[in-house]
Amino acid sequence: MLSRTAENLYWLARYVERAEYLARTIDATLRVTALPAAYVGKTNEWDSALLTAGVAASFYQTYEEANEHNVVDYLSFSADNPSSIRNCIEAARLNSRSVRTALTSEMWDTINSAWIELQAVWSKGTSTREDLAKFLRFVQETSLRFDGSAYRTMLRNDAYWFSRMGVHLERADNTARILDVKYHVLLPEEEHVGGPLDFYQWSSILRSVSALTAYHWVYRETLKPWLIADLLILNDTLPRSLASCYGNLVRNLDQIGVAYGRQGPAQRHARGIRNRLEHSNMNDIFQLGVHEFIQEFIADNSRLGEIITKQYLI
Amino acid sequence: MAVAFDEMNIPGGDLRPAYQELARWLKETPPEALEYRRQEAELLFRRIGITFAVYGDSESTERLIPFDVIPRIMSGKEWAVLERGLKQRVRALNMFLRDIYHGRDILRAEIVPDDLIFQNPVFRPEMNGQQVPHDVYVHIAGIDIVRVDAEDFIVLEDNARTPSGVSYMLENREIMMRLFPDLFARHKVAPVERYPDELLAALRSVAPQGASSEPTVALLTPGVYNSAYYEHSFLADKLGIELVEGRDLIVKNNEVFMRTTEGMKRVDVIYRRVDDDFLDPLTFRPDSVLGVPGLMSAYAAGNITLANAVGTGIADDKAIYSYMPDIVKFYLGEEPILKNVPTWRCREPKDLAYVLDNLSDLVVKEVHGSGGYGMLIGPAATKATIDAFREKLKREPEGFIAQPTLALSTCPTCTASGLAPRHVDLRPFVLTGSKSTTIVPGGLTRVALKEGSLVVNSSQGGGTKDTWILDE
Repeated sequence: MLSRTAENLYWLARYVERAEYLARTIDATLRVTALPAAYVGKTNEWDSALLTAGVAASFYQTYEEANEHNVVDYLSFSADNPSSIRNCIEAARLNSRSVRTALTSEMWDTINSAWIELQAVWSKGTSTREDLAKFLRFVQETSLRFDGSAYRTMLRNDAYWFSRMGVHLERADNTARILDVKYHVLLPEEEHVGGPLDFYQWSSILRSVSALTAYHWVYRETLKPWLIADLLILNDTLPRSLASCYGNLVRNLDQIGVAYGRQGPAQRHARGIRNRLEHSNMNDIFQLGVHEFIQEFIADNSRLGEIITKQYLI
Repeated sequence: MAVAFDEMNIPGGDLRPAYQELARWLKETPPEALEYRRQEAELLFRRIGITFAVYGDSESTERLIPFDVIPRIMSGKEWAVLERGLKQRVRALNMFLRDIYHGRDILRAEIVPDDLIFQNPVFRPEMNGQQVPHDVYVHIAGIDIVRVDAEDFIVLEDNARTPSGVSYMLENREIMMRLFPDLFARHKVAPVERYPDELLAALRSVAPQGASSEPTVALLTPGVYNSAYYEHSFLADKLGIELVEGRDLIVKNNEVFMRTTEGMKRVDVIYRRVDDDFLDPLTFRPDSVLGVPGLMSAYAAGNITLANAVGTGIADDKAIYSYMPDIVKFYLGEEPILKNVPTWRCREPKDLAYVLDNLSDLVVKEVHGSGGYGMLIGPAATKATIDAFREKLKREPEGFIAQPTLALSTCPTCTASGLAPRHVDLRPFVLTGSKSTTIVPGGLTRVALKEGSLVVNSSQGGGTKDTWILDE
């Protein structure tokens, strides 16, 4: 397929995934901030939301204070924030238009309808919390529909695999960023200085990757920070864990390698990251330092993005 | 202006045979049901994203072309005449182009004046002596047809460069079949859906000699901001070929390749929807970012087929148009089946004098204009507009032709105050491959939605209709 088409499919999937992640982040932050300070401590959760979205620096160029109004506006509707939800949907629609021939009509319909709704219903932002909740649900449903229609209607060929790679690379980045910002509340018990305060922080992390229920099914335990870290990093049954994302990335890259009859640096690099995740346990990671581990992962993950681009997309 | 020929109603109250079943159906169908389906059609168009862009319109870059749900119907017998006429016309266009870029018999015979060719900006000296596979220049032609009475079909314009609109022909039919299955059940409508197959076959048949038996065809688009981008993506999808932009292509050793995820892949035939001027910055406009550097040398080397060929503009130029009846006779030795609109060439002093005296009755068009821009419709214009136009015409008479205002035929159309007659034209699409010329029965009917208006161009507020050829 055309390199440009593959690139568009890959970025289209990333934009949709990112939009959903932003919606989940806002949703989780709203829940935590709705609690009395006695339950969650004094950290500014809206500031954390900016950090996990990776846009704190640019936010403070426009705004003085990270409060609900400003952050929701910046993450959801701002035209200045290149990765606001609005801009993600706009970019996804533009990418879809450029690769319409590679999309199924169901996928196109999902993105086009979302774009139409964005303009018709949400062009002025939201004025009430109820409105905002509706908007966030709309974004999440768009992502679900997009994923579902890709899964149900696309041919299983390189177009599908490039699109899935976009999803998994973006997802891994998002999960890693939450861990990066919140790692201090995820330390093992003996090192932990917090207390019951952190319970709501923990559930908020899980909620932002839609893993709260999954946690209970996997561990059948009350929330324990090191188990949360284990779930998000190493448990390959959780779709948003780093291990699961890399299992999928390696599989997609292998499928492309087989179809094209050759492999390259992208396959090797992805396999390297997956092997490291496979052969790690949480004890080792805590020994090394969660923060260092995650930062290294984020760098490795973005390096894979660059290698894929060089090998296939230009 | 005379009363226009109505394609459904005969003066005195009778119906033309092709419309009898439709009239019966309309009588049985309450207006609300029609209105409901009209809205449904609009919703479908928007969801599918069948939009076009209007240049210079910053407010909304994507618009819908209004769709009228009342079909335009022609009998099989009428179509048979039209089809023969179209094939004849396109055959003559191809022979004319072959001649202009080779032996130039027609100039020596003094049927077309030299300066009209050689001083014409759309004449491409690069094409002199250039062989094109099977001598086909115009693979895809869109011939604009109007009717003024029950007998004749008149060609308003030949489009031999990159004619658009065929996606509307196909999508209009899809949507009509979805919304009005009952109406289809009561008519025998000839299908149009094999157009993409025929187009692909025609394109493959003209692959260069060196190409494999399974030639690779690609559609070259200027990109998402082009007004016809939807059509480009639609056709690429239906044909199952790559939709490429200039930056996806590269020329090496006079061969054309596209950049794919598996490396470079050779391309044999390019269905290009990019104008000559922008095709190759090394040959034509150096500032073009839409084209492919070196494409023309690959073309000259015979390693790539461009459809349509470069330089076809010389055949659909409005100044050449007036010579078409003679061109048909010269190459084919046949009487033209389709008529021309009588045309005054303002470059000729006698004609210019007549045109200047009769501006308020005439339609004056720019020789190189298209899309209904820059033309004067005398009967509808104010005195000030006419006076301004007169000055323009005197300054540069060779830039204009003039024609009488035709009473374009009308068809029943949904309006705010119920069904009413509106003026229509028709653009059938003629495909020419190595062996045959084919036309799917139908085409794009454009309709001027404003009462009394004769301008059907979508950029000027025109709409479209599904066109039915009855299979009798």
